[in-house]
Amino acid sequence: MHELSVCQALLAQVAAVARAHDAQGVRAVRLRVGPLSGVEVSLLKQAYPVASAGTLAESSELLIELAPIRVKCETCGAESEAQPNRLLCARCGDDHTRLMSGDELMLMSVELVI
Amino acid sequence: MCNTCGCNITPGNRKHAYTPVAGTTAVSVLQNLLAKNDDQAAHNRAHFDQHGVLTINLMSAPGSGKTTLLEATIETLKDAFRIGVIEGDLATENDAARIRAKGVPAHQITTGSACHLDAHMVHEALHHFPLEGLDFLFIENVGNLVCPASFDLGQHRNVTLLSVTEGDDKPAKYPVMFRAADCVLLTKCDLLPLLEDFDPARAEGYVRNLANDAPVLRLSARNGQGLNAWFDWLRQTRAQQQARLAAGGTTRPKARPEGAPLNETPA
Repeated sequence: MHELSVCQALLAQVAAVARAHDAQGVRAVRLRVGPLSGVEVSLLKQAYPVASAGTLAESSELLIELAPIRVKCETCGAESEAQPNRLLCARCGDDHTRLMSGDELMLMSVELVI
Repeated sequence: MCNTCGCNITPGNRKHAYTPVAGTTAVSVLQNLLAKNDDQAAHNRAHFDQHGVLTINLMSAPGSGKTTLLEATIETLKDAFRIGVIEGDLATENDAARIRAKGVPAHQITTGSACHLDAHMVHEALHHFPLEGLDFLFIENVGNLVCPASFDLGQHRNVTLLSVTEGDDKPAKYPVMFRAADCVLLTKCDLLPLLEDFDPARAEGYVRNLANDAPVLRLSARNGQGLNAWFDWLRQTRAQQQARLAAGGTTRPKARPEGAPLNETPA
């Protein structure tokens, strides 16, 4: 979608965390991203070095954990894996499901050099 | 839950939160990457609620008939309701001019090259666009089935248009967008007799595959077919919101803005 601007929002948060801890630098940034977040992981990885250049996070590592798509069926109660365009219950096929995981776009942690 | 004290760390995600590595300190954050946008969106929503206006975000591909639908909607509802429109486009004022020609206030946001509206752009627009006395505010997003879905603007409901000149498998191809829809409008249905490839039932089936039970309405702003169901949805949605506001509550689009904390159920 707009991975460079997402990277810039990410780096602003990373910088705030680094400042709050008086860090000298940032070694790694960990994200958790789901396929339904609308963000393309490969584009995010490409944008990161560009966006982080000249910041405290320059040359830090971007570690992305992919969140699986999981739904919980409100009819039969089963929890199952699903596809981005098929969020049906794998057990009973019902479409009354709730997304448990898969739309995350979350900054999990930052490894700081103190 | 807040994003500062760590109370958003739950047993389910604790294992992701802290990974000590020699020589460095790992600081747990667990914050949505779009948190700044979402904070601004919440501020916008509070602003809308203060003025008792129901805000609807219209999203679709370019050319699916958002502005034409708004013109038809204004035509019918303008005597009963006070309507305002915020238009998002890359370059021109054309859409705002079309809306003003119908006698309702319109503000144009020209995004330059940005492919979507965000909460900050809408907030900026609100400085030039008085909400006093409005019943409905429509925000016509930039024509795009990808990016607008990920940015909360502070709206109460998302409406996604799919014109029958597009493929009926659009909901399967753009699941993030159609999962976010509180109401799906199949537009230009007067053309259906010419378009044998487009099966409205199949389009609706793809929406259901996204576990989305939103109404899927078939209409044509050109010949008026199906428009009454859309107007009824608007009136009903507004009445429900008025009741929520009277009880001190509000509402958000059904699908969480992307990355919002899991297990949080919108009111």
